[in-house]
Amino acid sequence: MMVWLILLPLLWASFAFLLGRGRGVWLAMAGLLAQLWLAYTLAEEVVASGVAMHAVGGWGAPLGIDLVADGLSAAMLLLTQCIALPLAVYARAYFKRDDPAGTYFWPLVGFLLAGLNALFLSADLFNIYVTLELLGLAAVGLVAAGGGAQQITAALRYLFATLVGSGAYLLGVALIYGAYGTVSITTLTPLITAEAPDLVWIAGGLMMAGLMLKTALFPFHFWLPPAHGGAPAPVSALLSAVVVKASFYLILRLWIGPFSSLTVAASLVVWLPALLGTLAIFWGSYQAIRAERLKMLIAYSTVAQLGYLFLIFPLLASAGALQAGIMQAFAHGLAKAAMFMAAGALIKATGQDMVAGLAGVAERMPVTLFAFGLAGITLMGLPPSAGFLAKWQLIELALSQQHWIIAFVVLVGGLLAAVYVFRVLRQAFLLAPASSVMTPVPRMLEWTAFVMAAASILLGLRGVELMQLVGVT
Amino acid sequence: MKRLLVVLGAACFVVLLIGAMLDLAPAGIALHAAVSANLPSSGVEHPVTAVLLNFRGYDTLLEIAVLLLALIVILAVGIDSTTDVRPAASPVLQALARLAAPLMIVVAVYLLWAGAFRPGGAFQAGAVLAAAAVLLHLAELLPGWQSPGARLRLGLAGGFLIFLAVGAGLLFQGALLEYPPEQAGWMILLIESGLTVSLGLILAGLFLLLSRDDGDRS
Amino acid sequence: MSAGLLFASVGVILFALGAAGVLLIGHLLRRILAFNVMGSGAFLVLVGLAQRNGIADPVPQAMVLTGIVVAVAATALALALVRRLYALTGKIELPQDDEG
Repeated sequence: MMVWLILLPLLWASFAFLLGRGRGVWLAMAGLLAQLWLAYTLAEEVVASGVAMHAVGGWGAPLGIDLVADGLSAAMLLLTQCIALPLAVYARAYFKRDDPAGTYFWPLVGFLLAGLNALFLSADLFNIYVTLELLGLAAVGLVAAGGGAQQITAALRYLFATLVGSGAYLLGVALIYGAYGTVSITTLTPLITAEAPDLVWIAGGLMMAGLMLKTALFPFHFWLPPAHGGAPAPVSALLSAVVVKASFYLILRLWIGPFSSLTVAASLVVWLPALLGTLAIFWGSYQAIRAERLKMLIAYSTVAQLGYLFLIFPLLASAGALQAGIMQAFAHGLAKAAMFMAAGALIKATGQDMVAGLAGVAERMPVTLFAFGLAGITLMGLPPSAGFLAKWQLIELALSQQHWIIAFVVLVGGLLAAVYVFRVLRQAFLLAPASSVMTPVPRMLEWTAFVMAAASILLGLRGVELMQLVGVT
Repeated sequence: MKRLLVVLGAACFVVLLIGAMLDLAPAGIALHAAVSANLPSSGVEHPVTAVLLNFRGYDTLLEIAVLLLALIVILAVGIDSTTDVRPAASPVLQALARLAAPLMIVVAVYLLWAGAFRPGGAFQAGAVLAAAAVLLHLAELLPGWQSPGARLRLGLAGGFLIFLAVGAGLLFQGALLEYPPEQAGWMILLIESGLTVSLGLILAGLFLLLSRDDGDRS
Repeated sequence: MSAGLLFASVGVILFALGAAGVLLIGHLLRRILAFNVMGSGAFLVLVGLAQRNGIADPVPQAMVLTGIVVAVAATALALALVRRLYALTGKIELPQDDEG
C-alpha cells in the first residue's frame, strides 16, 4: 500500500509530460488527493500496528531493497502531502497561461514528490542516494524553469551545492559497503558498534557533511537565499517547507539508526550540529532583519528556522526530542509555505518585491496579510501555534537535561523572528501613497495561504496525535 | 587563502582515508554469494543484469525517472535562440555516418539481447542508439530537436511507463517488481526493450535538444 | 596492496581533486568536469573497495552503472543551465556576489 505513494506521483508526472506543455493540472490534483489519503491511512496503520515494511522484489534486505515506514517516515510523508495539495491549488491560480515557469511545472512537481516519498520510505543507503538525486534535480529544475539570468544563476549555485552534497554522501555509502558488504539500514544498524574501524567514522562524517550541505545548515547555507528568494512563489514554498526537511530527516535517520553507537561513543560530537544551528539562527535572523526584498527576508528566515531543528541533537538522549524536532519541522513547513504563498500574492498585487513597497496592503488584501501574520505567529513561537508547542518542548527538554544554553538560544531566536515578522507587518499597515496601484489577485491565492497558515496554528491544538505517531519506532 | 585551505584540507582527507582503507578487515556479508544462489530464479543468466533488473530493480526504476526528469528540465529551462554558424559537414563524414548508423542499430539490438547472458542490456543498447543519432546529427543528416511532439513524448516516456506498469501490475500478486520465477525472463526482456528505445531517445534528446539549429518538429 | 585497494585509493584522490575543483574553479564548464571527476572517484572507491579481496561482486558494479546514469543526467542538466546562462549573459562564470 505504501508503494503507491511512490508509484502514483511517478505515474501522474509521466502522464502530465505526455499531455504536453502546461497540461496535467487535474491529473496532479487527483493524484495528490489520493496521496494525501494514502499518507493518512499509512499513519493510522503505523500507530495501530507498528512499523510497516515492504520488501521490493520479494527478496528482502540485504540482497533486495526494503521500504520501511515507521512513525518518523509516516509523519514526514503526511507533512509532504499536506503541504503539496494546497500548494497545487495555489500554483494553478498563480501561473498564468503561457508562463514559461509554469509550462513543465506539473511533471517536475510530480517527480519531486515521488523523490520525496521514495526517500522517506527507503531503508537502503544507495537507494536513498538515487532518491536524493531525483529530489535535487527536480528542485533545481523548478528553480530554473523559465527564468532569467538571476534565476539560472541561483539554480546553478543550488545545483553545484546539491551535487557536492550527494557526492560526499555517495562516497560515504561506498565506504560503508566496502566495510560491511551491505547498504541496508536495517542490516547495518546492529553491525556498526562503538569499535567500528576508522573508515566508518570517516564515512559517517562524509554522509553527514553532505546532508548538512543539502539542508543549508550554517555555514553551508550560501545557496539557499538566492534559490528560494528568486524562484516563483509556489516553488519557494515547496523548497523551503519540504525539500530541505528531507535531508534533515536523513541526518536524523542516520543519527538514530546506523550511526547511533558512534554518536553515543563520541559524546562531544552531538554539540557540533547544535553549535551550527545556533549560528544559523543568529546569522539567518540578522540577515532577515536586514533584507530589503520580501522573499529574501523569508528565505533567510528559513535559514534561521532550520537552526532550531539542529538544536535537538544534544537532547536526543531523552524521549521526546524526536517529537520536538518533528513538531518544529511541521510548524515551520506549514508556516513557511503559507508565508511564501502570501508573499507571492502580495508581490503580484503590488507589482514589486521590496518590503518597503508593501504600504497599504493591510486594507486592500486583509486575508493575505492575516495569513502572513498567522504564519509569523508560528515562526515566533507564540501560543497556541504548533511553533509554540515545538519550542516549549525544546525548552522543557533542554532544562530537564541542564542545557540552559539551548533554552536561551530558543528564546532569543523567537525574539529575533518577531523583529523581522513585525518589520513586514508594520510596513503593511502604513497608509498607501496616493500613487500606488494594486492589481487584484485571484482569490485562491489568498485563501490557500490562509488555510496553510491556519493549519500551522491549529496543529498546536492537536499536537498529541502527531507525537504519538512519531513515537512509533 | 580559501584556495590554500581547500587544497590542504583535500590533501589531509586523502591521506586519512587511504590510511583507513588499508587496514580494513574483510566485510562480514558477502552479497555475491546471495546473488549466485538466487541467479537461477532471477530470469537472466548474467549476475549484473540480475542485480540491475531484478534484485535492485527499484533503483533502476528511479534512475530512469532521474534521466527523464533531466530531459524535462532541459525543456523547461528553455533553449536559447542563438544560431551558431557551423561549417558544413564534409561528404566523407556523411558517407561514413550513413554506413555506420544502421550498423550501430544492429549492435544496439545485439547488446539488448546479449544482456541476459553477458555484459550488455538496456543502458548499453540505448547509449549506442543515442550515439548513432548524435553521429547523424553531427553529419547534418538528422536535424536538431525542438519542443517534442506527441509521438516523441510517447517514445521518451514510454519505456519508463512500461517499467512502471509491469512493476505495479506485479504488485497485485506480491511485492513491487516481484517477478514470478518462470516468467521473469520475458518480463525483463520486455522491460529492457522498452527501456532501450526510451533511453536511446532520452540520451539523444539530451544532446539534440541542446544543439540548437533550425530543426523541424518531429 | 591489492588491485582493488589501488583502484580505491586512486578513487579517493580523484574524489578530492574533483571536489576541490568544484569548490575553487570559477569557469562553469570546468566545474562540471570537476564534478564528473568527483563522481568517477566515488565509483572507483565503490567497486575497488568492495572487491579488494579479488572476488567479483556484481552488486557494487550494478550500483556504479546506476550512478553513471544519474551522473549523466546531472551533467546534462548542468550543461543546459550553463548554456542558458551564457545565452542570457554572455558569461561563463557565476557572478561573485551572493546576494540575489
